[in-house]
Amino acid sequence: MLSLWGFGAVSVIVDVEHLKKYFPVQKSFFEKLFTRTSSYVKAVDDVSFSINEGEVFTLAGESGCGKTTTGMILAMLMNPSGGKILFDGTEIAGLKSEELRLLRRRIQIVFQDPYASLNPRMRIGEAVGHPLEIHGLATGVDKRNRVLEILEKVGLTPPERFIDLYPHELSGGQRQRVAIARSIILRPEFIVADEPVSMLDVSIRTVLIDLMMELRKEFGLTYLFITHDLAVAKYISDRIAIMYLGKIVETGDKEEVFSNPLHPYTKALLSAVPVPDPERKRETVELKGEVPSAIQVPPGCRFHPRCPYAFAKCSEVEPQLIEIEENHCAACHLVKG
Amino acid sequence: MVILGSGIVLSIVVMTLIAPWISPYNPSALNVGPIRSPPSPQFPLGTNHLGQDMLSRVLCGGSIMLQVSVLSVLLCLAIGVPIGLISSYVGGAVDKIFSLITDSIYAFPGLVLAITIAAMLGRGAVNMAISIAVVYIPSYFRIVRSHVLTIKELQYTVAARAIGAKWYTILFRYILPNVVPSILSVVTVNFADATLTAAGLTFVGLGVTKDIPDWGWDLTDGRVLLPSGAWWVITFPGIMIILLALGFTLMGEGLSELLNPRLEQ
Amino acid sequence: MPLLEVDSLTVEYWTRRGIIRAVDNVSFALDKGEMLGLVGESGSGKSTLGHSLVRLLPTQGSIVGGRIRIGGKDVVGYSEEEMRSIRGEKIAFVFQDPMTSLNPVKKIGEHLVELIQTHKPNVSREEALRFAEAALDDVGISTERINDYPHQFSGGMRQRIMIALAIALNPDIVIADEPTTALDVIVQAKVMDLLKDLCGAHGMALILITHDISVVLERCKKVIVMYAGNFVECADSVSLHNDPKHPYTQGLLRTVPNIELADQRLESITGSPPDLLDLPSGCRFWPRCPQAMKVCHMKGPSMVELENGCCVRCFLYGGLEQ
Repeated sequence: MLSLWGFGAVSVIVDVEHLKKYFPVQKSFFEKLFTRTSSYVKAVDDVSFSINEGEVFTLAGESGCGKTTTGMILAMLMNPSGGKILFDGTEIAGLKSEELRLLRRRIQIVFQDPYASLNPRMRIGEAVGHPLEIHGLATGVDKRNRVLEILEKVGLTPPERFIDLYPHELSGGQRQRVAIARSIILRPEFIVADEPVSMLDVSIRTVLIDLMMELRKEFGLTYLFITHDLAVAKYISDRIAIMYLGKIVETGDKEEVFSNPLHPYTKALLSAVPVPDPERKRETVELKGEVPSAIQVPPGCRFHPRCPYAFAKCSEVEPQLIEIEENHCAACHLVKG
Repeated sequence: MVILGSGIVLSIVVMTLIAPWISPYNPSALNVGPIRSPPSPQFPLGTNHLGQDMLSRVLCGGSIMLQVSVLSVLLCLAIGVPIGLISSYVGGAVDKIFSLITDSIYAFPGLVLAITIAAMLGRGAVNMAISIAVVYIPSYFRIVRSHVLTIKELQYTVAARAIGAKWYTILFRYILPNVVPSILSVVTVNFADATLTAAGLTFVGLGVTKDIPDWGWDLTDGRVLLPSGAWWVITFPGIMIILLALGFTLMGEGLSELLNPRLEQ
Repeated sequence: MPLLEVDSLTVEYWTRRGIIRAVDNVSFALDKGEMLGLVGESGSGKSTLGHSLVRLLPTQGSIVGGRIRIGGKDVVGYSEEEMRSIRGEKIAFVFQDPMTSLNPVKKIGEHLVELIQTHKPNVSREEALRFAEAALDDVGISTERINDYPHQFSGGMRQRIMIALAIALNPDIVIADEPTTALDVIVQAKVMDLLKDLCGAHGMALILITHDISVVLERCKKVIVMYAGNFVECADSVSLHNDPKHPYTQGLLRTVPNIELADQRLESITGSPPDLLDLPSGCRFWPRCPQAMKVCHMKGPSMVELENGCCVRCFLYGGLEQ
């Protein structure tokens, strides 16, 4: 397998350009009669980034920032309202169902909730083997063997014990392993991991994350890792993008962004992460107010109402995401220039 | 509760099945004994105004009711469940149309609607089953629909899409198995209600023809005979109807209790 | 005299598979103004312990032994009436999920007023409203919103409303069960700041129940680590962080990513927590313990007190003589 980052040409496997996802707000009967305009929840509003083959690209931010929506679109579970998404050169939005199904062998997803992402009425073996069945890749004994092999790889040993159990007989951590098994059995190239460990106890998160990194090495996977936990993000990412209210406010190599955050929101986010050290002196960046609704987005820079450094221009002109240092971009008037 | 309920139902079924062999007399045979005679050693449940033995009539009279119940439930399952599944999964205009149709049917009081349809279709067990099925299909549709709408959004259904499953796979392997417990409850209530409705239809003369022994007929006749003091004609068949309905109801209640705690887990 | 004294408390649950001893013979004390962090994985019994302190166990649970002394008086034997009078006034509980713990058809002002008037029946409505406004002010919610409904608030604000409900009557002790688990990191920090300020301003003692060791180490003065129903280590947070004694604590600390450290090596604890119906013989942690000795399989260790006031339940530190 090629050594990838920093060593010569890296190939881009996912290229997202100006991605938009607007959800129309439901209008009541009278509103439909009397108003012309519709309002939209601008969950993802002009987001662009690219993911290199073999890396872990993290999309981080608080709830409502649009990271999960972005992930769902990339996993082809939702259609974008605008923009282009290229996977290995192929445009994935608007594909016909057959092409879409073929692509599903290459792009997979792991969900956040280990209690909801497994069909309660399907045994583990059935659930993990189902992708093989759907794509006609294996049946009968061959399928069973592949399932056993994968269960072993994700640490559910002995696999024979787990293959016939139902989800409710497993713990949260075990269920998440099953979800991971299901996602890799087709040997995909790209996996969207949507907060895969957020609902697990802090003490077992490490195990699952290490597992995912092992699998990355073994299967040559690329991850889009979605999380709100920046401590975990720091542990596993190669590159990271911080999202706020549907936009990317900062992106860059992990080391760069964590050691030298440029955007005030990133600074606030990083300073709020709990640090397991009682003697550390905390310097928090205080933010005013709460995250506004994505229907009534503030004018200019979306972050300006809460920003401790906001000045006049911030409420008028929306800052663009531009490269400030090498491989480190931020969207902020304060930083630019 | 389930055990008690199914016990009752099962005994009645068995009784009806072996009835032809154990009835002392042919239930339709006229004048096997003196008319309107009260319970006696020879006729333990008495005789009616046609001289028919009530014991034999009680033993054999459940047959039609059971057949009609079973048939109507089968019809409901065969029609109501698939329509519910597909309509709510597909959504949009299709769903709106089916919901409108079923809601309109649902708005009518059950017995009235059954009577109306039976009147249009004519007599006979099959027609009875059809009219009861029509009344009940909306209930199945609604239960199935409400569950599908919820399950459709759950992560494991989305996960099924993510691995490339086609819509019918998702519907029948991911959604249906999780809807089945709730359908079961409706089925047992359906059985209970069908029993009562069948009795009702026969009572108003829209059920089977008079020559077939049926508890509903005994109710009709018994009602007329009651003022003259022949209480046994209406009472025993009446008790049987209630028992059967009760048995189904207990089964249904017990089943929901059994299934729900597991779901909550 | 400590505000809260728990002495050999044991709590059991009845389940179809048998009786689970969720809390097994635990003891600790809490002083005025102290912030205590109770840390453990799911199933360790920490939440059960929290609920038992306010006697809000589900029907299948019951306290089968020990004493809970609040202000010197043992409340284990209290009737429901007596418990109701001290809940809210002496000891309060902040529930885990702010989304479902508030009544969606009641204004938040009503939630508070009802609470206040239940405990102080002689208080007029105007006075109760003033109390309510003061409580909202304390948690940083604009008093203009007193007539809003829960769904009009975000998750973070709902959690603050829950805290307002808990502190409205100025209790001496507040127990918060995973108050920040469902919240985003910035809101989480604000809520923790709030809890800390309230402790300082009102002299409240706080028990923070959570699985998140980072939050506990950052905010709490004292820490108790719980495993499979037992307390395995009690220490002040500085000692626990710099020199964890129990192998489980050491393992736990190695699983937590620290955002301020570069190139961290994280390690997981092998195995998984035991089934409480099928506990290992001897020490409950030995199957997963890298330092297990022969005696650990045979006997369960008892708490050993160390020189600096910390306690640890492990044969590595003593207790072998018995």
